[in-house]
Amino acid sequence: MSIGILDRVAQLGRFGLDQIQSIGRAGVFLILAIFSRAGFSNRFSLLTQQLYSVGVMSLIIVTVSGLFIGMVLALQGYNILIRYGSEDAVGQMVALSLLRELGPVVTALLFAGRAGSALTAEIGLMKTTEQLSSMEMIGVDPLKRVIAPRFWAGVISMPLLAAIFSLVGILGAVMVGVDWLGIYEGSFWSSMQASVSLVADIGNGLIKSLVFGFVVTWIAVFQGYDAIPTSEGVSRATTRTVVYSSLAILGLDFILTAVMFGEL
Amino acid sequence: MTEASDNFIEIRGLTFHRGDRTIFNNVDITIPRGKVVGIMGPSGTGKTTLLRLIGRQLRPDSGQIFVDGQNLDLLSREELFRTRRKMGMLFQSGALFTDLSVFENVAFPLRIHTKLAEPMIRDIVFMKLEAVGLRGAWSLMPAELSGGMNRRVALARAIALDPAMVMYDEPFVGQDPIAMGVLVKLIRMLNDALKITSVVVSHDLNETASISDYLYLIADGEVIGQGEPDSLMNSDDSRVKQFMNGLSDGPVPFHYPAPDYKKALLGGEVG
Repeated sequence: MSIGILDRVAQLGRFGLDQIQSIGRAGVFLILAIFSRAGFSNRFSLLTQQLYSVGVMSLIIVTVSGLFIGMVLALQGYNILIRYGSEDAVGQMVALSLLRELGPVVTALLFAGRAGSALTAEIGLMKTTEQLSSMEMIGVDPLKRVIAPRFWAGVISMPLLAAIFSLVGILGAVMVGVDWLGIYEGSFWSSMQASVSLVADIGNGLIKSLVFGFVVTWIAVFQGYDAIPTSEGVSRATTRTVVYSSLAILGLDFILTAVMFGEL
Repeated sequence: MTEASDNFIEIRGLTFHRGDRTIFNNVDITIPRGKVVGIMGPSGTGKTTLLRLIGRQLRPDSGQIFVDGQNLDLLSREELFRTRRKMGMLFQSGALFTDLSVFENVAFPLRIHTKLAEPMIRDIVFMKLEAVGLRGAWSLMPAELSGGMNRRVALARAIALDPAMVMYDEPFVGQDPIAMGVLVKLIRMLNDALKITSVVVSHDLNETASISDYLYLIADGEVIGQGEPDSLMNSDDSRVKQFMNGLSDGPVPFHYPAPDYKKALLGGEVG
C-alpha cells in the first residue's frame, strides 16, 4: 500500500504531538521527583550511594580524557604559537580553552556516555523487571526513592567532574609544554594567571557544567523511567539518552557561550 | 457507606481499553472483607491488569474502584501511596530488588514504613522467611534464586507489613509440587490467621478452587461466572463449564482473534 502525501503530513503531525507530549511528561516527572518531600530517613545515604556510582565511577574516564586533551592542546598550541614567538601563551590558551569550553562540554559528553547511559539502562531494567511497580505497591514512590537521588547525584557530580577535567588537562599541558617542549615555567603560569578571570572564566564554566549536568541527568532518568519495558525498549532508551544528551549539550553550549562571552 | 465495611474492594462499571482492544467492559466485582477470592480466566483476559487497576497502577477508562471504602480515583498521589500500604502484592515475576539480598528485600517495607529497632526487624524478617521455607536463604542475592524461590521471597516481602489485603498474581506458576502444596495452605492460613482479604489471580483451577471462598470467572472482557467453587463446578453455563473442565471446544475461543485460517494459508489476509 503506497503512502499518500496526506498520510505523511499526518505522520509528521503525530510525531510532533508525541514529542511535545513527551516533553510535557518529562517536565511533570521532574517536578514530581525533585519538588516533593522524600518521606524516608535514609535519603542522604541513598544520595551518597548514587554520588559514588554516578560521580566517583566516572572519575577514571574523565581524568584520563582530561590528561590527553590537555597534552594535545599544549602540543598543538605550541606548534602554532612558536611561529610567532609567543609560545609562552600556551598556558593561557590551554587554561581558557579548558575552563570555558572543553572542560564543561567534553566532560558532559563523557558523562552522558558513561553515567547517563548507565542510569537509563538501570532504571529501564528496574521497570522491565517490575521492581518500580513493586516499589509503588509497597507504598514507596519510585520518583522519590529511585529517581530523585540519581538526579541530584548527577547535578552535583557534573561540575566537580568538569573541574577535575580542567585541572588534570592543565597538568597534562604542563607535562607536555613545560617538561617536554621546554616552555619557561614562570611565563607559562604567569600568562595563565594574568588572563584567567575567576568570575568570567571559572564561574561561567561552572555554570555551564551545572546546566549540562542538570540536562543530561534529566534526560537519562526520564528516558529510563519512560522506556518501553522490553529489552528492545531499554536499548532504544539508552541510545536516545546518549543522542539527545549530546545534542542538548552542544546546542546549549552555543546558547550559553553567546550569552556569557558574546555580545548578547 | 455500610457496604464498604463489609467489602474490602468494590469495582463498579469498570471499563478499560488497551489500544482498540476492550479488556473490561462494564465489569462489577466485589471482594468481601476477610475472604479468599479467586479471579480466574483464560490467558490474556486481563487478570493481571485487574490487579494493577486495583492498585491504581493503571486507571480505568470509566467506572469506579473502591478500596476499603476509598474511591481510588479521588486520591492524591500521597494518599494513594498511603492506601497502597494496606495492600500487599505478589508479582508474577517476583519483582525482587536485585541490588538487595533476600533479607534486605523482606526488610525493605519494614525499614521504610516503621521505626522498629533492628533486632525486631530481624525477627520479623526471619519469621516471614520461615513461613515461606526460605529462612536459610536469607543471605543470598535474588540472582542466586530459582524462579519459584524468587516468588516465595516476594511473598514474604508482600506480607512483611501484615497488610489488610494481599493480591497474588499467579502464585502457583513454576512451583514444584511440594512448594505448591505449602503455598496453597499458606495463602489460606495467612488469610484466616491474620484476618486479611486475599485476591488470587490464577489459572490453576484445582489449587485456586480449593482455597477460595468465592470465584470470579473472567473472559471476553466480562464476568462470565461467579459463585462459590462448588456451585461453579456444577454450573450449567456453557462458558463456565468449558473453563472448569478445561475443554478447548466451546464458546470461549482458544485462538486470539484472527482472519480465516484457510484463507491466510492460501495467501490471503494474514492480519
